[in-house]
Amino acid sequence: MGNSSMLVSILAAAVSSGTPILFAALGELIAESAGVMNLGVEGMMLAGAVTGFLASVRTGNLLLGVVAALLAGGLLALLHAFMCITLKVNQVVSGLALTLFGTGVSGYLGKSVIGVPLPNHFTSVPLPLLSKIPLVGQVLFNHDWLVYLSFLIVPALWYLFYRTRPGLHLRAVGESPQTADALGVNVFRIRYVSVVVGGMLAGLGGAYLSLAYAPSWIENMTAGRGWIAVALVIFAVWNPVRALAGSYLFGGVDAMGFRIQALGVRVPSFFLKMMPYVFTIVVLILITASSSKQSSRAPEALGVPYERE
Amino acid sequence: MGKGLIRLKLVFEKRDPVPVSYRVASPVLAVLLALVLGAIFLAASGFSPLGVYLEMYRGAFGDWYGVSETLVTAIPLALCGMGIALAGRMLLWNVGAEGQFHMGAWAAAWVALSMPDAPAWKVLPLMVLAGVAAGAAWALLAAVPRAYVGVSEIITTLMLNYVAINWIEYLVHGPWRDPASLNFPLSAPFSDAARLPMFGYTRIHWGLVFAIIAAIVIDLTLGRTKWGYEVKIIGESPRAARYAGMSIERNIIITMAVTGALAGLAGMAEVSAIAGRMTRQLSPGYGYSAIIVAWLAKLNPYGVLLVSALFGGLLVGGYSAQFLGVSAASVNMLQGLMLFCVLATEALGRYRLRIVPAAGSDGDSDADRQGARADG
Repeated sequence: MGNSSMLVSILAAAVSSGTPILFAALGELIAESAGVMNLGVEGMMLAGAVTGFLASVRTGNLLLGVVAALLAGGLLALLHAFMCITLKVNQVVSGLALTLFGTGVSGYLGKSVIGVPLPNHFTSVPLPLLSKIPLVGQVLFNHDWLVYLSFLIVPALWYLFYRTRPGLHLRAVGESPQTADALGVNVFRIRYVSVVVGGMLAGLGGAYLSLAYAPSWIENMTAGRGWIAVALVIFAVWNPVRALAGSYLFGGVDAMGFRIQALGVRVPSFFLKMMPYVFTIVVLILITASSSKQSSRAPEALGVPYERE
Repeated sequence: MGKGLIRLKLVFEKRDPVPVSYRVASPVLAVLLALVLGAIFLAASGFSPLGVYLEMYRGAFGDWYGVSETLVTAIPLALCGMGIALAGRMLLWNVGAEGQFHMGAWAAAWVALSMPDAPAWKVLPLMVLAGVAAGAAWALLAAVPRAYVGVSEIITTLMLNYVAINWIEYLVHGPWRDPASLNFPLSAPFSDAARLPMFGYTRIHWGLVFAIIAAIVIDLTLGRTKWGYEVKIIGESPRAARYAGMSIERNIIITMAVTGALAGLAGMAEVSAIAGRMTRQLSPGYGYSAIIVAWLAKLNPYGVLLVSALFGGLLVGGYSAQFLGVSAASVNMLQGLMLFCVLATEALGRYRLRIVPAAGSDGDSDADRQGARADG
């Protein structure tokens, strides 16, 4: 294998293994931008992964699997939204509860399909013309439809956030709900919608794992990716485009493990499995250290329930 | 909706202060609510909820063996939960008890395996020390960046869980694997001297004593020492604490070290008393369940002891329910539900639910001002 083809294969693998994290990170980014922290990403991803898999196995239709995953993620997020926005409970504890609950529910629902093969799964569809571009084509345009979908969501989200009124309202709600409210923005509605859409994207990230990346259902198959997504939002300073870059970086670290072994370097696989987690911690420390000098760029009202006077 | 109909709306009104009776009753209410919700899940998947719950009760509390196993399971939950509760008082979120537990078990196992001929009086205290130190050190990996850089300890403690578990997996699959274990990922068994004694014919071990002592010590220190006072103030208002000249950084370090040490001690007790060798199946997620235990106990150390016994029962009962075909995951689900119910009942205590007519748009905005609303 030539050096350049090795590089292409690592980069392409970085994109596909970064995609589930990207979906989840974008979801969390939306919710956090509106001021609601949701630490239940891991649970919502697992729920999405298992329902997506179940629906696809039962119906033989992958699209229905994706819809089911969106619904499952959204439904769990709705629970979190009710707890945090309406009941105004502590967002950290509610998020932890959601992760524990989602993990339990996914294991419960998925028991019957452990080891069951998926009739068909998302496979690579090289895009005409684009995939023929040297290097870039193989890295970016030789993937499945869900990856292409993520390519569309990132710029759409950026446009929504920085170029439209609803996007402005959403960020205003996350920065200063009092002001937004005074200007006639419905804080509660925007927060509910943001949290639920965020959960749907987390569910989609889960479905990417069980329907495309590793077509199967294994208990706890997300293996901490939901938490990495939460960390990534901080890394991305709440910017969708930076979230994309960050996801592929983490995807690259994840994908590197197998490649290192393929090169014949004798490192026990358990150490390679540790890498994404260690990497997350190190990056988080570096990012926080470098941004602590300026005022933190987190949404001002993140984690604070809004109460009307 | 038709014009002639009166629209009704649910409105939450704040009530202040929350009645004491409600504060005491809310955890009980939460557990009951979770059981009801769990029953709906069970019924939906074709089980008789009453039958399952009865089987769980019988398994956990029905005879002396069940009760003793419940207490055995309560030990790691209590030790981990006590630390989480302590950190929680300072609004520090230790989600890493699972990893600290495993590192504590690892260090204790390392001592036990490296001195197979040492007498108990020598090896056991060393194992305790090693377990406590390793758990604390593992927590410090997250505490130091939190204290001095401001890195969210939630994410770092959690990431460290995966690192710790992969470390254990590496050892039992690699350098520590016992050649006599027929390729199972197990270390060599410990010497008898390295086994924490159990009481009578039960598997209840000295870890229970550790947990009770820990509860007493934490309660006394929190109530009677300067440090306890600082923890309380920092938890309530970091700004006031800093203004009063307290070092928040130092207190974060100390608190997280203690919380890690307790989880490490739990790991030591589990590997020494119950497993007797290093395995990868030391914990069915004690570190995570302990988070719920801490919150259900309202962060009170004696409460943690009590709730651990209940949760031990839930886990042991869950094993019994598996004979009915209920999956092990349903217990995890029930635990997650309980935490939600704790939060919800607590929050609902702060509000009074009222049904008010919401006839026109004027009424609407009036009702809105009452705070949160939850209309259908």
